[in-house]
This record gives sequence, C-alpha cells and structure tokens, in this order.
Amino acid sequence: MKMRWMIGVLLLAGFALSWAVPHFGWLDPYILLVLMYLGINIILTASLNLVNGYMGEFSVGHAGFMAVGAYVSSVLTVNLFPVTGAVFLFPVAVVGGGLAASLAGLLVSIPSFRTRGDYLAIVTLAFGMIVKSALENIESVGGPRGFMGMEQLTTLPWVYVWVVVTIWILRNLVFSKYGRGMAAIREDEVACDLCGVHTRRVKISAFVVSAFFAGVAGGLYAHVLQFINPRMFDILKSTEILIMVYLGGMASLGGSILGASIYTIAMELLREQGAWRMVLMPLLLILLMLFRPRGLFGLREFPWLVPLRDLVLLRPVKKQKEKTHVPAGS
Amino acid sequence: MSAKPPLLEVKDLAVSYGSLRAVKGISLEVHEGEIVTLMGANGAGKSSILSALSGLTPFQGTVRFDGQDLRRVPADRIVALGMAHVPEGRGIFGDLTVRENLRLATWIRHDREGIRADTERVLDRFPRLRDRLEQPGGTLSGGEQQMLAVARALMSRAKLLLLDEPSMGLSPVLVREIFGILQEINRQGVTLLLVEQNANMALRIASRGYVLETGQVAFSGASGDLRSDPRVRKAYLGG
Repeated sequence: MKMRWMIGVLLLAGFALSWAVPHFGWLDPYILLVLMYLGINIILTASLNLVNGYMGEFSVGHAGFMAVGAYVSSVLTVNLFPVTGAVFLFPVAVVGGGLAASLAGLLVSIPSFRTRGDYLAIVTLAFGMIVKSALENIESVGGPRGFMGMEQLTTLPWVYVWVVVTIWILRNLVFSKYGRGMAAIREDEVACDLCGVHTRRVKISAFVVSAFFAGVAGGLYAHVLQFINPRMFDILKSTEILIMVYLGGMASLGGSILGASIYTIAMELLREQGAWRMVLMPLLLILLMLFRPRGLFGLREFPWLVPLRDLVLLRPVKKQKEKTHVPAGS
Repeated sequence: MSAKPPLLEVKDLAVSYGSLRAVKGISLEVHEGEIVTLMGANGAGKSSILSALSGLTPFQGTVRFDGQDLRRVPADRIVALGMAHVPEGRGIFGDLTVRENLRLATWIRHDREGIRADTERVLDRFPRLRDRLEQPGGTLSGGEQQMLAVARALMSRAKLLLLDEPSMGLSPVLVREIFGILQEINRQGVTLLLVEQNANMALRIASRGYVLETGQVAFSGASGDLRSDPRVRKAYLGG
C-alpha cells in the first residue's frame, strides 16, 4: 500500500514509452496500429461496463454513441478547425465528440427511468439503428459513402493519455457514492429507491459518462482510420464491445482492460484463420458462460485500481460458517 | 386520541394497477410513538398501501406525513422526510457488503460525522451485523438479512418505519427476537407501521390494528379488542 507513488511513476514511464516507441520506430507500424485499437477498445469496454456491469442494465447501443463521437469530432477537425491548428485542436475535437455523445446518452437515459432489462435493451438497440440510418441520410457527411479527409491525428501517446484519463475518472466514479448507487440499482432498484437514493440522477450520470467516453473512443477511432462510414457502427460493433465487457468481467475496470486486451489481440492473431475466428470467439464465450459466468474478472478489482480508503475495507474477511438453515414459513 | 395531529394520516387512499383496483379507499391514522399493524390475507392490499406511502406507486386520496402532503413527492424525498420502508423480501443488496448496504441509506446525507455516529448506533443495536460488516449481504442468514434491512432503514433517522412482513420466512425463535428488537426501537421513539400475516405476534406488540379485506378496511380497533374479536380469531389466530 505504501507503494502507491509507484503507480504515478509507472504511468509517466508508460507515457514516455508510448511516445518513444513510435518516435524511434521500435515496433512495426502494424503492431502500433493494433496497440491504438487496443487502447480505443479499452475505453469502449470500460465505459460500457459502467452501464452494463456496474449498473446492471443491458445497453446494446454503445456503437451509436461511438458513431456520434466519431462524426462530430471528424466534422470539427475537417470542416470547422483551421488546417494548421488541427494538431493542437485535436483534443478539443475529441472532447467535442464526447460531449455530443453524452447528449445522446442523456436522451437514452430517459427511457431507462421506466424500463429496464429486455425493454431497455430494445430501446438502446433502436437508438443504435436510428443513429446509423440518420448518418446514412445526412448528405453533408457523405451519407452511406462515409466521411473522410481527417488527418491521422490519433497517435499512441494520445490513446495512452485517454485510456489513463478514462480509467481514472471511471475509477473515481465507481468508488464514489454514485458508484455505490449504481451497484444498488443493479441489485434491487426498488430497495435502492427506498434507501433514499436518487435513482434517476444516478442513472443519468451513468449513461452520460458512459456515452461521453464512447464518443471519445469514436473520435480517436475516426482519426486513426481517417475514414468512417455508418456501417462501421452497426449492431456488430456494439456486440463486439459487449463481448469484451462480458469476457473481461462485469463491474470491473481491471476486467475491462483484460477483456479488451484479450479480445483485440486474439482477433489479430486469428486474422489468418479467416472465417474460423468467427467460430472460435463465440466458442470462447460459450465456454466462459459455462465456467465463469461473471467473466474472467467479474466483480473483482486489481488492488492498484482501488482507492486507498476502500482498500482498507477489502482486507480478507475470515470465513464464517454459514448459519444453519432457517426453515421457511412461520 | 391526543390533541397532536397524527404523524401519518391517510384518507381515502386508492391504488390501481391498470384496471385492477388493489386499494379501494382506505383511511387510517398513525400517532407518534405508536405501533400500528395492518393485517389481511394475501391480496388484501397491504403491500400496495406501503408502496403508495413511500412514493413507489402513484395513488389517489390524501396522505399527510408529519404535516406534509405526500402527493407526488418522490421516494427519495420521502426518505429524507423521515419515513423509511423495509420492503417485503428485505431488499438486501446481495453483492454489496453489509457496510455498503448501510452506507446506501445515507445517500442523501453529507454529514460525515453524523453518518459515522449513526452507523455506530445502529451496529450497537445489531451486534451481529458488526461481525459481518465486510461480508456480502447475500451471504447472511434470513434473520440477519432482516436485521440488516431494519438497520438500514434506521440509518436514515426515520421517525416512522414501515415494515412489510418482517417475520416472513423466519423461524419462531428469530421472529420473537426481531419483534423484541422492534419493540425496543419503538420505545426509543420510532413509530412503527407493521404489515403482518403473523397476526398473533403483530397484535402482541401493536397498540392498534386495522384488518384489511380486498382493498378495504374491514374493521379496526385496539389490539386487545382485535385479539378477542371472533372474526379475527377465526381468520388469523386459529379459532
């Protein structure tokens, strides 16, 4: 526990490395590209985990938020910002994409006050479809042909910084009283209301923050690929993010990092197998659901991701014998 | 009764689920310091009344608590006003620790010292929970979960506690223990509105009772009178 300062040092070293590796060409550009996708996937997975894992809702429209972020940030860098300043204004564009996505998140949070479970899943599914068809019909961003003209502004250090910022903010959120409120909504929403938790406010904050980071990821994604089209953000993309969440583990930031890493790397390694990877990944998921239904790291957390005051509480509890069975009825 | 207005005053309360009318115009009063019990068979509307009182279900009629009209007041505000509801089935957050369960009840509060003092006070009342503070709520036994549910409600400094079948699923010994604790809580100034199927136990600690039948008050009165009433004896106390 006294080694906390090491985290800061390691984070700084990581940043230096993320700058040095591409600068000195230590790694193959292909591997750099995969690393950037990996970082983007971590952001997507951790942000979806907030709603699906911590709060226990089932949102399947995450790609829709990502699309909003991707398009808004691309329009900002291509059409609105001066060409020379684009490099410096890139963070503004990414944040702008995130804010636009969080506005969409605010809209999606409204039906979540009244519906949950399957019904909320259908609402979010519809949201994803609406975003996609809306984009296909907006000629000024290319319609179904897609949108291009972005410079490759996303670099490894930027991805690194955004991953750290995302994990940091989400960590502070899930260990706050809002985070505890989200967990309580997951466990029993009625009891949560009866405890005096402002469930609406908790839900809004979860959806808005989750959507914000999906938008950020979308902005980064658009500026790696330099080309986006609406079909990239369809239900398959949302499913991919869901797989990463459930692979890594519900309600765990460590699990999100793990899930996104395993999935991204496995999909790259299996690339040569062609169609077979579409068999292997689902198979992996089936096995996971059979043997570890909460995901690899579900409901657990790396100690370095837990704030100190909560870490004290996490010390191992002595195993206590279960009380004898209480007969039902009285 | 006393000259003071009742702590809880319900007039012509009606609750409907679609076309189904679960509660059809009920009036009742709970005075400060009392234990009042609501009895009735399954489907009589007991739980619907409680969920209307605590702001979970929209209702018709008037509900006044501590001098305030509760129409359209959301659930979290009602908790802040001092009415806490221990729901049927206890509503424990199974994956959260006992400590987190208790902390959730202070969600609206910001006074760190006050929260700590209340936690201590509640844990003194339920020493068994103190041993299990870092244990997930779901791993507690039925009786301990009921204690946790009551403890959690007390964390909000409630003036009035609504209890929905605290005896459900518990052995007779545990039921007696829980009811003993409830009496003690009442002696310290918390008013209780107790929904029960276990009429025998409920009438033993309550001062007054209401018997519900299909969404209406069939009859009401002091506990002693109800216990000797042949209709109650026949329906609830086994003849």
